[in-house]
Amino acid sequence: MRIPGWLRWLGWIRQWLVLAIAVWLWQEWANSRQSTFFPPPSTILSQMHQQWFSGPAAHLFLTSDATGNVVPSVVRILIGLAISIAIAIPLGIALGRSAVVTGFLDPLLQFARAIPVVTAAPVFLALFQLGTQMEVATIVAGTIWPLLLNTIDGARTVGALHLETATVFRLSRWERLTKVIIPSALPKIFTGLRLSVSLSLILMVYSELVGSSNGIGYEMNSASNSFDLPEFWATLVLLAILGYLMNVIVDGVEKLTLSWHRGAKRFAR
Amino acid sequence: MSSEPAAASPRSVRFGVPVQWSRGAIGVVVFLVLAELAGLAIPSSVLPRMSTVLGQAAQLVTNGQFIADVGATLESWVLGLAITVVIAVPLGLLLGSVPGVRFFTRAIVEFLRPIPSVALILLVSLVLGSGMRMTLTLIVYGCMWPILYNTIAGLDDVDPVAKETLRAFGFGRLSIAWRVSLPSALPFIATGLRIASAVALILSIGAGYIIGGLNGPGIGTFIANASTGTSDTPQILAATLWAGILGLVLNAVLTWAERRLLPWHKASL
Repeated sequence: MRIPGWLRWLGWIRQWLVLAIAVWLWQEWANSRQSTFFPPPSTILSQMHQQWFSGPAAHLFLTSDATGNVVPSVVRILIGLAISIAIAIPLGIALGRSAVVTGFLDPLLQFARAIPVVTAAPVFLALFQLGTQMEVATIVAGTIWPLLLNTIDGARTVGALHLETATVFRLSRWERLTKVIIPSALPKIFTGLRLSVSLSLILMVYSELVGSSNGIGYEMNSASNSFDLPEFWATLVLLAILGYLMNVIVDGVEKLTLSWHRGAKRFAR
Repeated sequence: MSSEPAAASPRSVRFGVPVQWSRGAIGVVVFLVLAELAGLAIPSSVLPRMSTVLGQAAQLVTNGQFIADVGATLESWVLGLAITVVIAVPLGLLLGSVPGVRFFTRAIVEFLRPIPSVALILLVSLVLGSGMRMTLTLIVYGCMWPILYNTIAGLDDVDPVAKETLRAFGFGRLSIAWRVSLPSALPFIATGLRIASAVALILSIGAGYIIGGLNGPGIGTFIANASTGTSDTPQILAATLWAGILGLVLNAVLTWAERRLLPWHKASL
């Protein structure tokens, strides 16, 4: 079942090769068309370099534009996700282990999840003021549901055999939680986390488009208002890179966490 | 998907459906009462009273403008999803059955997918202007991925024995695709459609809110109008409430249609 290392590298290289070819085709096409709306990748890259990465070496080559806009956006995502995780995982495990309490809350949870997340931003814009508070609240309001519902599902569907074994071995409540329930809920929790992480990027941009005085979404909005297409595309490509990196990080964390989990499961047998 | 796995929670079986319904109803009532009490303690300029919000929501039913807005949002939802299905399902069938094509597109898709579709609201409105055409373009882009992905995943799941059997009886490739591959991929496509349904609603409302009145009628435009000037928080919350109900109803309709149209999939629902 294991794919050999060299083969995986080959797949990885081929994937980037395909991207390089696609970018090259776009470059040729954009050069020949001279389209205002779709600038060539070389223009976008030089715009990105000039805008964010041409700063002094002492600041890791980041410009003041980068520290003033890219950093706040990333910080908002991290705070929002941290709050969602801190609330959703303990609450989800508690709810998942209690069918009675979940029964009381289920319609509310289903309804909260069905509300299109984009309506959260105007609500928080009215409740709070313009700024980080409103953006973080929007990110939390959107990212908490996939995490919570998946954690509930994961904690609820712990195998009966595992729980009975824990009872036979007289595991304390705490051991039962940390050694049986949380490990069996982890794969589901990661499914939720994956959804929440990609939602957090969407909600960061959206809330900054709606109302912000800095951030990537703010830069995007001002680029669009001043019809600066290269700058607009630069922010779009930056978002794609951010999204890609966030996926890679979640993949890595999942692989580390769940390989331990798989190892532990094998050991337990 | 939200239905209870039979083996996992024996308690829900023991209590039965009526107990669960009444619990859910109690949960909703307790929430509403608590929200009303919180509204009494907090000045209504900060957090509007729950009774005010519910009253406004009831009034919206007789508001002709709001009904027209809901109709326009529904129209973009139906048209957007229909166009996406017509494009994404055949494309998915093609990509899923021709390995070479699939590899090259997967690399591109891997880099396109992280771009948050709400970030494209401004780009599409710059290129196409605002209005239904722009909303539909956005919906088709955003909904493309879940349907395409699930179609390909569905083809991966086709029972090879069934295909080989038909081949042994002399059926052609197209005939096998029509009789075996498509029917067994349909449940996956239906799941993709339900995910896409939520995305379509989000993008339709989100585009309306960011572009505002220029984008024509829609729930997003309604919320944008309620937010301008001295923002009318109860009105925003009332519209959000209806947006959530719309999301629930659309999901229920799709789930019902899935059960009716794909009876062979009933076992796993």
